[in-house]
Amino acid sequence: MSVDIFLWLVQDGITNGAIYALLALALLLVFSVTRVIFVPQGEFISFAALSLALLQNGQTPGLIFLLMGGGLLAFAMEAWTAYRQGDWRNWPMSVLLYLVWPMGMAGLVMWLAPTKPGLWSQVGLVLGMVVCLGPILYRTAYQPLAKASVLVLFIASMAVHYILTGLGLVFFGGEGLRSEPLSDARFQWGVLNISAQSLLVIAASVLAMLILWLFFDRSLYGKALRATAINRLGARLVGIRTELAGMISFTLAALLGALSGLLIAPITTIYYDTGFLFGLKGFVGAILGGMASYPLAVVGALVLGLLEAGASFAASQFKESLVFSIIIPPLIWLSLRSRHVEQEEEEES
Amino acid sequence: MKKSFALAGITAFLACGAVKADITVGVSLGITGPGASLGVHYRNAYQLMPKTIAGEPVKYIILDDGSDPTNAAKNARKLVSEDKVDVLMGSNGVPSAVQMAQVAAESKIPMIVLTPANLSPQVFPWAVIVPQPTEIMMGAIANELKATGAKNVAYIGFSDTWGDLVYKALDSHSAASGFKITTNERYARADTSVTGQVLKIISTNPDAVVIGGSGTGGALPHVALVERGFKKPIYHNHGTVNAEFIKVGGKAVQGAVAVTGPLIVPEELPDNAPTKAVSLDFTKRYEAAFGAGSRNAFAGYAYDGFLILNAAATEALKKAKPGTPAFHEALRSALENVRNVVGTHGVYNMTPTNHNGVDERARVLVQVEAGSWRLKK
Repeated sequence: MSVDIFLWLVQDGITNGAIYALLALALLLVFSVTRVIFVPQGEFISFAALSLALLQNGQTPGLIFLLMGGGLLAFAMEAWTAYRQGDWRNWPMSVLLYLVWPMGMAGLVMWLAPTKPGLWSQVGLVLGMVVCLGPILYRTAYQPLAKASVLVLFIASMAVHYILTGLGLVFFGGEGLRSEPLSDARFQWGVLNISAQSLLVIAASVLAMLILWLFFDRSLYGKALRATAINRLGARLVGIRTELAGMISFTLAALLGALSGLLIAPITTIYYDTGFLFGLKGFVGAILGGMASYPLAVVGALVLGLLEAGASFAASQFKESLVFSIIIPPLIWLSLRSRHVEQEEEEES
Repeated sequence: MKKSFALAGITAFLACGAVKADITVGVSLGITGPGASLGVHYRNAYQLMPKTIAGEPVKYIILDDGSDPTNAAKNARKLVSEDKVDVLMGSNGVPSAVQMAQVAAESKIPMIVLTPANLSPQVFPWAVIVPQPTEIMMGAIANELKATGAKNVAYIGFSDTWGDLVYKALDSHSAASGFKITTNERYARADTSVTGQVLKIISTNPDAVVIGGSGTGGALPHVALVERGFKKPIYHNHGTVNAEFIKVGGKAVQGAVAVTGPLIVPEELPDNAPTKAVSLDFTKRYEAAFGAGSRNAFAGYAYDGFLILNAAATEALKKAKPGTPAFHEALRSALENVRNVVGTHGVYNMTPTNHNGVDERARVLVQVEAGSWRLKK
């Protein structure tokens, strides 16, 4: 292997690793705050990437029907709970999250899509649509199960994943789509010829990580999320609403998923079921980082990206096997040093 | 009033019993799952199929196997035991089709296989295969490689059965056509990049690259090769030829060469091409129903399956009534003896030892020109 091939592979590995890192962060965030292993994380990527490609063709993504249907369902559930408990304090919030936002987005997309709006409006529309799914999913699928065990939550995740993949096929069709790159520019840097798009991926990922760090370190909501992650009961005792924490973590996960989708859309062909594999690799990254620390998860995801690039050069037949088998040693290590699982569950309930 | 309703119901019921002689066709396709992009085209073709064969009504029962071989087998069993079908058709994935053929062999029901599965007539006497064998198709690419004098050819294909099949088919021609395959790289449809594989291919300095993907999945390595400055010819197999491939590949896939059935370019075929009239008629009806440019090889396989069935069932109906074992046996023997059935892809001539009846007339080379697939000159 010559030096320039090595550099190419490193560049490729870092670009993919940056995407995996965003997903690893989202998965870790959702898991630590709500104990949900968020399998459908990948669907946000597919939905965002495919919606962007459809908007560029001047078509209306079918995703808006999911927004409207899901929004109405979440709203009905919220209204029922409020009626049962006679507690209408959260009412304005529910109307905003589950009626105004999804319906408004759907209307806006239906109105703007045929006019082929500019690139940044497309990005805005996609973010608006996909991020809106975060709270809807949390309210409909996970909030009613908030006290269930990790296993039940995981099974719920699988169900949500299958439902969303099925809907993805209906909305976007079986063939893959690829959107136009944000910029066609390429830079010559030594032997490397780097595309502006891959620089954008890395820059956007770093920026997103910085913003997340500021959010967790400086803002009250971020601190509340961290408190919930460290100790749910304790957080509740000091007046942090765990539902709100869950809602925020899902919204952030949807935002990170949508962002990865937008970044990856011009680089590769996206299918309605592609997101799952991306999500899985983000998960591997998070596990490599011990499923506990954000910086370690980012490092894990980058290692994964580099390993994948190397494996695709050296032994492409065995690439996926190599990529997924590296999670076994960290898993053994984690299970050897962690407390017994049942004990943890008892503590939760 | 009530009584007459009941009476009408009974008569209708009896009438149903009487027309039990319908020919029932059981179809299992991967309309969802990883094979969905092909399965949907197959399913569409069934909407264009005639509702009678030799005057007898035909009923199509189409089930979705989610591109999962286990489900395909389950569907086949259900179709045979509950729906009492006379013939099975499917599926769009090779592993699924093999599972169905197994069920067909066990339950002695004829089957028309719609995917290029390699089934020997000795082991699967009940199955006939519509699509061109991969060897015949890749033979056209090998001839082209020989004509251009390519000595070193790099290969990259899907990390699944299809990738293997195309590789083996290409390799079977390598000695006779005088080229060497320098790499056997693999990638998955959902991969974010194929940079590693492409770098390896370029490092072996090949005269041409052959890609063993399918549908839009074939675009990823092609685009990556062009981005890395690869200027030599890039060849695709017949799984790749559809309009979406060009949409996804954009500027990078201009000039891509692929082998396919003549169905893709009937307008450009010479008038004496045997399949021209059938292909023209089918593409016209298909595009009228599913939009301009929607033509594809896969719907053609399903339609050719019908044409073969039509010819065989016409013979079998002379010997027995549908729904009986005698009819199934008659249909099986008629299927393996069909002669000169002109389809959209080729002219089908089956024999008891050759259940895949197409020849070189069932392949053409096409090239991407100005955003569409055109016959290669």
